[in-house]
Amino acid sequence: MENILEIKSLKKVYNNFTLKDVSFNLPYGYIMGLIGPNGAGKTTIIKLIMNLIKRNSGEIKVFGKDNIKSEVEIKSKIGFVYDIPPFYEHLSLSQNKAIVSQFYSDWNDQLFGRYAKEFEINLKSKFKTLSRGMKMKFQLALALSHNAYFIILDEPTSGLDPVFRRELLEIFSELIQDEKKAILFSTHITSDLERIADFVTFIKDGDIVFSESKDLILESWGIVKGGKELLGTEVESLFHGIRKHEYGFEALTPYVKEIKQKFGKTTVSIEKPTLEDIMFFMTNSNGG
Amino acid sequence: MKIIISNSSENPIYEQITNQIKSQIINGDLQEGETLPSIRKLASELGISVITTKRAYEELEKEGFIDTVGGKGSFISRQNKEFLREKKMKVVEEKLAEAVSEAKMLGIRFKDLNEMLSILYKEEE
Repeated sequence: MENILEIKSLKKVYNNFTLKDVSFNLPYGYIMGLIGPNGAGKTTIIKLIMNLIKRNSGEIKVFGKDNIKSEVEIKSKIGFVYDIPPFYEHLSLSQNKAIVSQFYSDWNDQLFGRYAKEFEINLKSKFKTLSRGMKMKFQLALALSHNAYFIILDEPTSGLDPVFRRELLEIFSELIQDEKKAILFSTHITSDLERIADFVTFIKDGDIVFSESKDLILESWGIVKGGKELLGTEVESLFHGIRKHEYGFEALTPYVKEIKQKFGKTTVSIEKPTLEDIMFFMTNSNGG
Repeated sequence: MKIIISNSSENPIYEQITNQIKSQIINGDLQEGETLPSIRKLASELGISVITTKRAYEELEKEGFIDTVGGKGSFISRQNKEFLREKKMKVVEEKLAEAVSEAKMLGIRFKDLNEMLSILYKEEE
């Protein structure tokens, strides 16, 4: 599989936060979700890809080219949706569009018109009067109207109602139909990724926990539930995060087979985790 | 083709797809040579990951239910007629086994059961 994005040993140091040695790839034709708790480094990675901040070391290749050396060429083919939209608040949407569209040689005004209609965007409204959802739709329509091959979105679904979130996910899966495009989006609403994402990259404290096919992740991990009398250092070494409560425990494990062999099905219950479970146990665990 | 994905099912999504396509082939709802949607189209329609539908098709291919021709898509394959026959034989076997155990419970002897079978078989002809 050819990669639209390749990140190797990426590092960014801030006073109070370090992105450590981040590496992952995204092939053409697929959707990747970037998940992690707030402050984990999701936005930092996206900003580094867009070269909005300078990396300390490492390599980022987009369309096989260095993202700094070929910045202009690469960016003309990226559709980028910001967490905080950078538009003129007091201007109308059509005025904002006129400004943005100048920057793209491949601007397709007809296509923009179609998206504006589909998303029910009123181009006469001033940007500042829009709801959060409308602002997102407007940004998205812009991002999709200059023949972009790589769509990058920072938290596109936060603050959106479930109806539009579903619509957005449908738009994503339509976009990748031709196998020439790819989508990378950060989110903390993991249910959005549960079905549609092909790959999930999980970041915690500036470090990659995993970057894998979502199916593989959900199949290989399990949530074990049982009585506290079963616990001990040997057992707990098989867990990645454990939550003990008054009446028993719950824990995340990548060793489902071993746990089954050890206890048999009767003494513990083993369930399939959701991405949220995995994020929860990996982030807030009291030991293990 | 009809596919219903259940999120509450114990089976992984790719397996739900393969099971449903297989049973539609065995039922005859899907016929030899029929084209299947592309993996991307199916993923988009069902609102699931491309990797999931890809895996489902790969499994079906491995088991000989479908053929994938590069550039043309995936089709219901020919060989599964024999497979289908085998499957149906298994159904007959299961039903006979059921009849045998019923008969044993009632104390019917093998000779009498055999006689019943041959009468039924000839009646059908």
